[in-house]
Amino acid sequence: MPASSHVPDAAGRYGPFGGRYVPETLTRALDELAAEYEKASGDADFQAEFASLLEHYVGRPSPLYFAERLTKHCGGAQIYLKREDLNHTGAHKINNTIGQALLTRRMGKQRVIAETGAGQHGVATATACARFGLQCVVYMGEEDIRRQKLNVFRMQLLGAEVRPVTTGSRTLRDAINEAMRDWMASVETTHYILGSVVGPHPFPRIVRDFQSVIGRETIEQSRKQLGRLPNVVVACVGGGSNAAGMFYPFVDHTEVQLIGVEAGGLSPKPGQHASPLSYGQPGVLHGSFSYVMQDEDGQTCDVHSVSAGLDYPGVGPEHAYWKETGRVQYVTCSDADAMEGFDLLSRTEGILPALESAHAVAHAADLASQRSPDQVLVICLSGRGDKDVYEVARLRGHQVDEAS
Amino acid sequence: MSAIDDTFARLRADARKALIPFITAGDPDLEFTTDCLKCLAQHGGAICEVGIPYSDPIADGPVIQSSYSRALQRGITLADIFQHIHSAVPDIAAPLVSMVSYAIVYRHGPQRYIDDAKAAGFAGAIIPDLPVDETAKLAEACRAADFSLIQLITPTTPRPRAQRIADTSTGFVYYVSVTGITGERREIPPELIDNVAWLRERTDLPICIGFGISSVQHVRQLAPVADGLIVGSAIVRRIAQASASPHQEVLAEVGQFVEQLATALNPPNK
Repeated sequence: MPASSHVPDAAGRYGPFGGRYVPETLTRALDELAAEYEKASGDADFQAEFASLLEHYVGRPSPLYFAERLTKHCGGAQIYLKREDLNHTGAHKINNTIGQALLTRRMGKQRVIAETGAGQHGVATATACARFGLQCVVYMGEEDIRRQKLNVFRMQLLGAEVRPVTTGSRTLRDAINEAMRDWMASVETTHYILGSVVGPHPFPRIVRDFQSVIGRETIEQSRKQLGRLPNVVVACVGGGSNAAGMFYPFVDHTEVQLIGVEAGGLSPKPGQHASPLSYGQPGVLHGSFSYVMQDEDGQTCDVHSVSAGLDYPGVGPEHAYWKETGRVQYVTCSDADAMEGFDLLSRTEGILPALESAHAVAHAADLASQRSPDQVLVICLSGRGDKDVYEVARLRGHQVDEAS
Repeated sequence: MSAIDDTFARLRADARKALIPFITAGDPDLEFTTDCLKCLAQHGGAICEVGIPYSDPIADGPVIQSSYSRALQRGITLADIFQHIHSAVPDIAAPLVSMVSYAIVYRHGPQRYIDDAKAAGFAGAIIPDLPVDETAKLAEACRAADFSLIQLITPTTPRPRAQRIADTSTGFVYYVSVTGITGERREIPPELIDNVAWLRERTDLPICIGFGISSVQHVRQLAPVADGLIVGSAIVRRIAQASASPHQEVLAEVGQFVEQLATALNPPNK
């Protein structure tokens, strides 16, 4: 069966994937959220306010930029960058948090919680909460706090409280667990702004829809600038929100090849990568049925990626659906290759990509070199790399004194 | 009929109620777990709940989550748990219920989980992250195997849905006393009594109340409305705090605590 864009169904299913595997306590809140979102989707005023905020606050549309020197360097297909890094707060995450902050206000809730890995979603949530005057608590793994100090302070400057998570692997996955626990006890007054296309229904759909502005703009800009659609679109996949937002509007344009790039880490060995679609199997994690890295007992495996935003053992159920239907091809990119992609884009185009996006850059550069110059390849440049500068310096043994 | 139905039939005939203690399998090790289950049954545990450790337990509070982490750090597997329970079950004078995440059940294979758990000596399962909307197939398989599938109703469950959950549950209905995660609490919410009374009119299944019960006072407050009370974190915390003590001392303390609760639930003069 070819992939349909008419997913999910009422139960939140994308083919066999998705659904809702959560404690009973959360069911009513998820039902209410789904119902409210349904109403908001059909509400012209809501959509107009969202569109206006995306334009005037986020700075959309983000450019579709011809990366001329990168193209020359690769010597093949023409490479275009969808510049989500130019959004307010520096990544695609803000598209979703603005949408969900509007939903929070619509539901009459005053408090917001969120999880964050790299800190980009935390910053984007803190930003949206400041903009709408909502109380904001962000859960973040201790290990990620260490890797992303700058984003922690940025959230605090925006008035959010950052709660360190000290359980499990102390990364994104544990931050999601803690946020879910908070939500179970606070659901009457609190909205959980989940940052990726993961979790129980309706989150994967809501996040995809709010992020789909990326793909819709890319289609419109391609037609206007190139007179046609691109041949290939490449995006990195952790939980998969930038990729879902980019790919979804292309699903029915079957002539466009879609490629998702997972974090290949150090090697394909268990624990050394974060590529559930490439090396995992279907299972349940964080309230959803999708591909996941688990051991044979169903215990979630530790995963690794140089990029905190991709360091997650699960992936959105719609990606699992796209994989199974063959609509999207999923590949991996190692830490080392991603670091090369980071340097390549920095030096050819003067754009420091987020380490997450660097995975897409590295794979796309490789692919472009194998394609002819009449082909067009679009990379979703999901975020800027300023947040990663200290981590890159650390990895390369450079001393970067934050005080000097 | 599972062993749980038999137990409640017996208790009801004597106008008694079930104290249902919970412990985590493998915390601190499986030898302790099986000894503790024997001890719990001897000291008034009518049914014992055994938590199967899971790496990402979103429904559980810090006490139970930590116990899961401790057990998993020791490399415990589902096969180990089933094997130890199997060899100890003849000496445990109470039916056992596994509390297990659907992540584990799915990975193991739902039918295989029922078969293996039953073969190990479990009489049923509570799968806290499997909502009623997803239980149809599993509930049928459980019925066919005389394996109870105990489902949860919470304060946020709308009443028509509560009815649906009660209708598909077997063994007993697990009524969650508070909104939130497992853990101990000081106060019992007043609307709980009303909600349970409402449910009582609509199901023949025993109704057991859990989440947050940690003292004799809680037990006395809830005893009149419930057929059974589940006590988890308060026991698991005692086991955790005593991790450095000899096992016999920990067992004595846990046994005494459970006996106090059991006596409060079924006062001897009644």
